Parts: sequence; structure tokens; C-alpha cells
Amino acid sequence: MTLELSSRPHLAPGCRLGENNQQRILQMPERALRLNGPSLEIVTRCDGKHTVQQIVSELQQIYSKAQPQKVEEDILGYLALLQKERALDFIPASATEA
Amino acid sequence: MNQAPTNPLALIAELTHRCPLHCVYCSNPLELQSRSNELSTETWFRVFQEAANLGVLQADFTGGEPLARTDIVDLVRAARAAGLYVNLITSGLPLEESKLAALVAAGLDHIQLSFQGAREEISNEISGAKSHAQKLRVLEWVKQHRIALTLNFVIHRRNIDQLEEMVALTETSSATRIEFANVQYYGWAFANRENLLPTRQQLDRSMAIIKREQERLEGRIRVEYVVPDYYAKYPKPCMGGWGRKLMLITPSGEALPCHAAQVISGLSFENVKARRLRDIWERSAAFQKFRGEDWMQEPCKTCDRREQDFGGCRCQAFLLAGDATATDPVCSLAPLRPKVDAILAAVNPASVSAGAGLAPPAAELLTRPSWLYRPNPT
Repeated sequence: MTLELSSRPHLAPGCRLGENNQQRILQMPERALRLNGPSLEIVTRCDGKHTVQQIVSELQQIYSKAQPQKVEEDILGYLALLQKERALDFIPASATEA
Repeated sequence: MNQAPTNPLALIAELTHRCPLHCVYCSNPLELQSRSNELSTETWFRVFQEAANLGVLQADFTGGEPLARTDIVDLVRAARAAGLYVNLITSGLPLEESKLAALVAAGLDHIQLSFQGAREEISNEISGAKSHAQKLRVLEWVKQHRIALTLNFVIHRRNIDQLEEMVALTETSSATRIEFANVQYYGWAFANRENLLPTRQQLDRSMAIIKREQERLEGRIRVEYVVPDYYAKYPKPCMGGWGRKLMLITPSGEALPCHAAQVISGLSFENVKARRLRDIWERSAAFQKFRGEDWMQEPCKTCDRREQDFGGCRCQAFLLAGDATATDPVCSLAPLRPKVDAILAAVNPASVSAGAGLAPPAAELLTRPSWLYRPNPT
């Protein structure tokens, strides 16, 4: 699985952002992930509009003290993990905007 | 004597025991509740709100067949409004497309559709009903209505050799998850165990197939496999530990730490009609009973794995050892493990010692066993 920087991730069916005791969570079939700081910033941008590249750029600005290369690696790793969990689908660049 | 519990994450709402299927491994207790004992719509509404307040994230609607409740759409709407993630575990039998549309509009998050096999004949045999064709219709509707879907196949000796067909069926659907769950031996499955336990050879072959399919489908379909714990080296951390993660409410309102807890003699359970959920979770004797480690015997008491598997399953300990505080006898360290080995030896005739790993299935496997079918309560 390689992530295309120009593709646009969005939450897969059955996955949505929720909240529990002031904790933001990503709810999925049979599991839930706590979202904090960077993970929340990433997941809220998985809206089918932001490309992977845009998510990387925006987080590099938010976390400007971190090494840009490291930020990119972390984001790509996290997106790949969410895809493996079947929490994300990716609209390829060739597709018209959903 | 026990530490304060963390909050439960999931509420298993057994809405009814009524069901059009009669599956020979049903997880319902042998003593089924009738319709007249079922909780009212309003009580369930209160339970959902109390669950959300307690920190529960997800409600699993199950049964029986939850669609047998005529108020199912209202129950979904109320659970969702309370802030819960709503999962419907269904056979799909009493479903119509208009009902599915109403459920989706009410906020249903996910459907788990149960299959008894990939083929009509075995499915109908196991469920004691004509069920397979309707399930295929439901798959099409689910695709149309774009609702998240998991296919659940309960696995046992009679269908474990058909995993590839089940994967192929799943690939024609919109499912993003497959659960292959080997039968766990409680209730009806315990009664039918000798005809359900797969052989070691079947199990080994299934593991290889699952591994291959997990790799092939990565990123498209999550493939999950629950092995039969009789073949495991260590027990499962049943329900994530007694009274640690889950709460089950029976059709009549009793709050249990797991599906099978009522088999343990000497335990009494509180009813949501009389007590608040938080109260039951935090203070009731049944939920406190096997929290922490004070109740444990050796070898669990001093075992390094006790915080991983919590001594295994209390119901299984009761069923196999006659003592709910015993080490789960499926554990290789358990004093009663030989009892489980004897059960396995009975379904693995000679093949293990003779090394005849490629022997054809015994003739007995090809003939239809005399099943004990679960009835439908009125």
C-alpha cells in the first residue's frame, strides 16, 4: 500500500468523530481511537477535500518546531495505519471532487 | 476488596431472545426469555442514556434477532441520540429494504450481518431455517444504502473448510470487515460441542488461509479470526476481563458481565428496572465478584500472564471445572487441562500420534449430525 500525496482521504463508512467525557474519539466498528493533538489535527482533515499533501503542509505549519521531514513521515505512517484499520478511504486525484 | 472499576466501553443490548433462526451454537442461554418479559421501549431509552453517562461508547444491538422488536427504529434513534455508536447484529431475516432505510435514517452506524456459511445447504442446516437467500438480498440493499458492513461467519467443523468461499462472498459485498469467529463453547454450542469442534488439521489449514487472505486484502477488508480456545495455549482474556469493559443487558433487564454469566451458580444479577446502570457497574456483587485478583487460585495467582488474560473465562472454568474461580481449563498451565485434551483427542482420532496429517476427513464428518436446535420463545 503506497499513499498518493495527491489523493484525498476521508472517513470510511461506519467511522465517525465522536466525543466522550471531553475526549475526542474516532469511532469505528468494534473499536475506538482516542484522538489528541496531532492525531486529531490529521483526522479532522480527512474530509475528502484535503489532499494528503495539504494535510502534511498544514501540520508542518502547526508543528513548525518539529522537523518537516519527520512530520511528513509521521503523518504518512498514521494515515497508512488508519487505512489498514479500514477507517479511511482515499479518493484518487483523477476522480472529480466528491 | 476490589479496585474502583474503569468505565465500560460497550453495552451489549440483548433486545429479545425471539429469533427466526435456531442456530446450533446460539450464545443465548438454554433458558430463553419470552416476549412478555422483555423490557419496554422506555426502559431501554433510559438504559442508553445511563450507559452514555457512564462512558459507554458503543451499543451492540443483538438478540435473538433484534429486528424482532417492532420498536427497533426508535431504539436505534434513541441510542444514537444518547451519543452511542450503534451497531446492529442481525441475521437479516426479518429485514425489508424500507426498514433498512428507516434504520439508516435513524442513525444506525454499522450492521453486522451473520452468515452460517457460504453455501445454501450448510447455512440452512446450521440455522434450522431457510435463511441464506434472504441474506444475499440484504447484501444488495446494504450496498445501495451505503451503510458500513461487517460479515460475521461463525466457524466450526462443518464449515471451516469453506473459508475461501466465504471470503469470495464477502468480496462481492460492500463489507469492510469479515469476522471469522470459531464457535465458543457455551450454552447451545456446549450442548452440540462434539459435532462443532474442528479437527487440529482443519484448524491449521484455516490459519494458513486466514494469514494469506489478510495480506491479500490489506487496506480493503479487515479479516479477523477468533480461534477456538480449546486449541489455544493460553486462555482468552474473556470480555477483556470480568466487569472491565462490557456490560450485557438481557431481554428482561438483567445486567451481566458476559453472555454466559448466568450459568455460574451462586451469582445473582441486578435488574436495570430496579437499579441505575452506574450503580450496578460500580457496586453490584456480580460485577465485583471476579474483578481484581483476590479470587484467583494457583497457578493464576502468581502467574505473569494474570494481567493479560485475567485467568481466562470464568464461565468456562465453571462449565469445565465446576468451579468459577479455577484457572480456565483451556490454559496449558491449568491443572484440568487434561480434561480439554481428552475432548480434543475425541475429535482428532489417532491422526496426531500417527502423523497422518493428510488423512481424509473421517466419514462421520460428512454425515449430518443430530443437532440440538435452539427453539424460538413465544
